[in-house]
Amino acid sequence: MSIGLAHYLAVAAILFTIGVFGIFVNRKNIIVILMSVELILLAVNINLVAFSAYLGNVTGQIYAMFVLTVAAAEAAVGLAILVTFFRNRGDIAVDDASMMKG
Amino acid sequence: MALQAIAFYLMAAMTIASGIAVVSAKNPVHSVLFLIASFFSAAGLFVLLGAEFLAMLLVVVYVGAVAVLFLFVVMMLDVDFAQLRQGFARYMPLGGLIAGGLAIEMIVVSTTVATNGAARLSDTPMAMGKGAVPGMSNAEAIGRVLYTNYVYFFQAAGMVLLVAMIGAIVLTLRHKPGVKRQVIMDQVLRTPATGMRMVSPKPGEGIDA
Repeated sequence: MSIGLAHYLAVAAILFTIGVFGIFVNRKNIIVILMSVELILLAVNINLVAFSAYLGNVTGQIYAMFVLTVAAAEAAVGLAILVTFFRNRGDIAVDDASMMKG
Repeated sequence: MALQAIAFYLMAAMTIASGIAVVSAKNPVHSVLFLIASFFSAAGLFVLLGAEFLAMLLVVVYVGAVAVLFLFVVMMLDVDFAQLRQGFARYMPLGGLIAGGLAIEMIVVSTTVATNGAARLSDTPMAMGKGAVPGMSNAEAIGRVLYTNYVYFFQAAGMVLLVAMIGAIVLTLRHKPGVKRQVIMDQVLRTPATGMRMVSPKPGEGIDA
């Protein structure tokens, strides 16, 4: 059988839900939460590229490139905040991160 | 065609299995390594779709930079990861329920869109782009559109990266007291009057400082 757009969309959907599931089950471990966010963004990119390929329009790939840029920036800043938080607190347990009374 | 199907299923299974391993691995270092595997297989899927440029970008940016950054931070922080895994079993049923529901919804919607949506879709991935000619590479197609219609967005993306870089440096920069540094300002403002002083030490005593 030939591989169509639906196959790629299904892979992206499953990857997205794995990311959501990862955020749920790793409530305390912020590093794995950041990795789950990366998985979610990867799923979005697969969707964009698959639609781009099957619609014959390159704009989707350009959008995916911008998503990649923002994801890289987000990872850098997120990890920098994590390192600073670890220096100030000595651990990275996020469920008692209430210094700012948010 | 059969070869393509085999490649697709292989890489899709690899992507999803690595994704599951990312969220369920006990050791975060293993999580990062599975994340790298997942991105590699996703890059393979991009190649199958004809998006070679984005596939290479994924390998270079993610595997080369982001994943290594993650690995660096995970190994640098001295954290008791076993303690962080408490509550994994507690949130498992709720998380599985929500994730399963979400997956079913999204697959139903995407299958509907792909089979009888409004958009005109081709049966196979195709070459594309402004003034697309047969045999034009994917990188050229992207470049033709990116540097014309989307040039301002491209500049804005560069600005986002610059701000993120400066932000990360400022956040993690730390001035340790007691470290001797070169102060360029003081060196430039140094004059013979301030740079020299006359002392007449007595025999047997030194000079303080």
